[in-house]
Amino acid sequence: MVDLTRKRDVLIIGGGNAALCAAIAARRKGASVLVLEAAPKFYRGGNTRHTRNMRCAHDAATDTLSGPYPEEEFWDDLLRVTEGHTDEALARFMIAESKDVLAWMPTQGVRFQPSLGGTLSLGRTNSFFLGGGRTMLNSLYNTAEALGVDVAYEAEVVGLQIDNGTFRAATVKQENDRIDVQAATLVAAAGGFEANIDWLKQYWGPPAENFLIRGTPYNRGTVLKMLIEAGVEQIGDPTQCHAVAIDARAPKFDGGIITRLDCVVFGIVVNKNAQRFYDEGEDLWPKRYAIWGRLVAAQPDQIAYIIFDDASLKLFMPSLFPPLQAGSIRELAGKLSLDPDALEATVNGFNAAVRPGKFDDTILDDCHTEGLSPPKSHWARRIERAPFYAYPVRPGITFTYLGTKVDKNARMLMKDGRGAANMFAAGEIMAGNVLGRGYAAGIGMTIGSVFGRIAGREAASHASH
Amino acid sequence: MQATSLITAGSTVHGTKALEEADRLMTVCNSCRYCEGLCAVFPAMEMRRAFPDGDLNYIANLCHGCGACYYGCQFSPPHEFDVNVPKILAIVRNDSYRSFAWPQSFAPLFDRNGLAISLITALSVAAFIAGFVHMHDPNVLFGTHRGPGAFYKLMPHNAMALLFGIAFLYSLVAIGMGLRLFWRGIAEPVQSQAGALWDAGKDTATLRYLDGGKNGCFKDDERPTDRRRIYHHLAFYGFLLCFASTTVATGYHYMLGLQAPYPWWDLPVLLGTVGGIGLLIGPAGLLIDKKQRDPDMLDAPRLGMETAFTVMLFLTSLTGLALLFLRETGAMGLLLALHLGVVFALFVTLPYSKFVHGIYRGAALLRYARERRQASSGHAT
Repeated sequence: MVDLTRKRDVLIIGGGNAALCAAIAARRKGASVLVLEAAPKFYRGGNTRHTRNMRCAHDAATDTLSGPYPEEEFWDDLLRVTEGHTDEALARFMIAESKDVLAWMPTQGVRFQPSLGGTLSLGRTNSFFLGGGRTMLNSLYNTAEALGVDVAYEAEVVGLQIDNGTFRAATVKQENDRIDVQAATLVAAAGGFEANIDWLKQYWGPPAENFLIRGTPYNRGTVLKMLIEAGVEQIGDPTQCHAVAIDARAPKFDGGIITRLDCVVFGIVVNKNAQRFYDEGEDLWPKRYAIWGRLVAAQPDQIAYIIFDDASLKLFMPSLFPPLQAGSIRELAGKLSLDPDALEATVNGFNAAVRPGKFDDTILDDCHTEGLSPPKSHWARRIERAPFYAYPVRPGITFTYLGTKVDKNARMLMKDGRGAANMFAAGEIMAGNVLGRGYAAGIGMTIGSVFGRIAGREAASHASH
Repeated sequence: MQATSLITAGSTVHGTKALEEADRLMTVCNSCRYCEGLCAVFPAMEMRRAFPDGDLNYIANLCHGCGACYYGCQFSPPHEFDVNVPKILAIVRNDSYRSFAWPQSFAPLFDRNGLAISLITALSVAAFIAGFVHMHDPNVLFGTHRGPGAFYKLMPHNAMALLFGIAFLYSLVAIGMGLRLFWRGIAEPVQSQAGALWDAGKDTATLRYLDGGKNGCFKDDERPTDRRRIYHHLAFYGFLLCFASTTVATGYHYMLGLQAPYPWWDLPVLLGTVGGIGLLIGPAGLLIDKKQRDPDMLDAPRLGMETAFTVMLFLTSLTGLALLFLRETGAMGLLLALHLGVVFALFVTLPYSKFVHGIYRGAALLRYARERRQASSGHAT
């Protein structure tokens, strides 16, 4: 049993990528470190369990990366997906740091592999974890434990004693007890509030009830809320988050990445009124997948249906659940509880607008519609060959962007502009500093590792003075 | 399990519940693929979108049970998706040993395998002892025999060679027939590819996939503490050295006219001793390891089969080394009967024991090597 009564140099709330990078960095500087993970051991690590890669700048190909990814290009990509909603200085700083982190991770036991089958577009930019996120997390835990980091599971923090920007102690709930854990410094790496439907409803209203939470049910934002209430400056739009369109049949929580669908570009997407609402072929899927969560969230009842035919069935990653199948559009409408007349009209209208072209899903091809609103700019083919297929989709929230403001040392900033005396943040809880909106695959882990390592280092430094 | 049971609704018909569950798992894993770099199972899975029984038998035999995909899986139990690949593939794999056994009338030996092997061994040893007792006076049976041909005072060489030759030959034929059934049964044929045999040979000889993709092998938690690979190497190469020892001795006997027992410094004895030591440490290590493994990853009802073969190997070596060290004493006669009894039982039960795992896995690796080469040379599958 871990001794919670001993005062540590560094207390880390959270047990995922950011937390463990902080723990290892702090421990390597000689600090005594305690990690408090609210979940039981199997569910440790929050959303890290579900991740598969990280995006780091690098100047040359490696044995797992097919080419260089210069800092400038990384910055351009980030600028584009966030549409400028980012802290440029902090983001550029993070990108520069990511180079070193890419080399640091393997020295902490993390193994990379070439990009997964089916993700060719990420083979140059993203480093995939061998065995996925849980394996990567296990490696970090093995390293941390071998170094002497203490870890407590099912140790939920229910109170924070902070006075005027100085952390004193955290109140931990363990079964029926409450214990005050003291430490010289605090690193908050407890995730966002994506699993807290009530909090999401405060900003989204009733539609939030229909959201699916892709990851851990343990990220309820309790620590984030307590920090904000204690005077830490918040950053980010509370309705912003990483959200994608996922199979509506996914579990409410923790279905992970496997419920995502990569077939939007091959068909049409209709809402519950059988009406299309957005250009399915606007851009290459890896560049567009991150907007579809919000698009579906804006539709009535937060439900939509991807419709396609036999010609497209084998063009995308196999899905977890099989598509619904029918011999005709009307029959398909029946299975989806859509008005058959309306769906037929939409499909016929779409088909009539399709212009002949040369289909190629690896480029922005010339298969498009004319005289259709919204248009389908690329990969538009007539939907006419039975069987016809459909996937129902709902918004799947990965993590939220409202978080604590930090500086380059991962130090939290208070509402009056001062830096907190001894409090640092890393991971989802401060991702909003870099991600104002939008997302680029792999960047969540980079935010966690870069700021986690910095937070651990800075906290250890502060504690030793 | 039920959280994803929509998948198998009406798509493929399966022969057993284990195969149904394996289909469900492969469907879940095919939509995830994080474990792709760990071993051969997942790349083989990614080459398919449907998983009929044959493909599942193939994939199950590619699996070495290292456990990396269990502790690395975010959906393994207690998650509601209940993805337990090592256990389910172990069940399918063990079922396949029974399905492809030849002749099929002996397949029930796989059902209570531990018991069957024990009984056959006991009978075999008893028969040899009884035979020796019947054929010889006590002063021969318990006497010391030295010099060339000493063993053959207890049993004539030609009789020994004939009996064991027939047993071994039977074993080869039965295993060969099983292999043929397996090779045809696992999937549509794939073209032979230059270099595939070499790839598969290397993967087999080095136990490449008993390594969790270089992360290591997992025993009972998230730390790679398992040392099965080294124990298996000791057992496997120990066995081969013992086999080499017998082969060399046969050569000495027929081609050089030199009869056993041989001096301790001579080749057959050196090979057999080194091999025998490996064949003691290896199986012992494997047995201890198995006992410590997380039972959730294992096909528990079949542990008898797993244990029986490993124990047989250990006993073969133990009795053989005992015979070697005490060959110039009065114990030699009985030890010879004991050793011959164990070896005979080992030979005749080989096709109906865990031994076949090496044959089927080797064949699966050959098929995998072909599929890989075919895929990378651009042929559509």
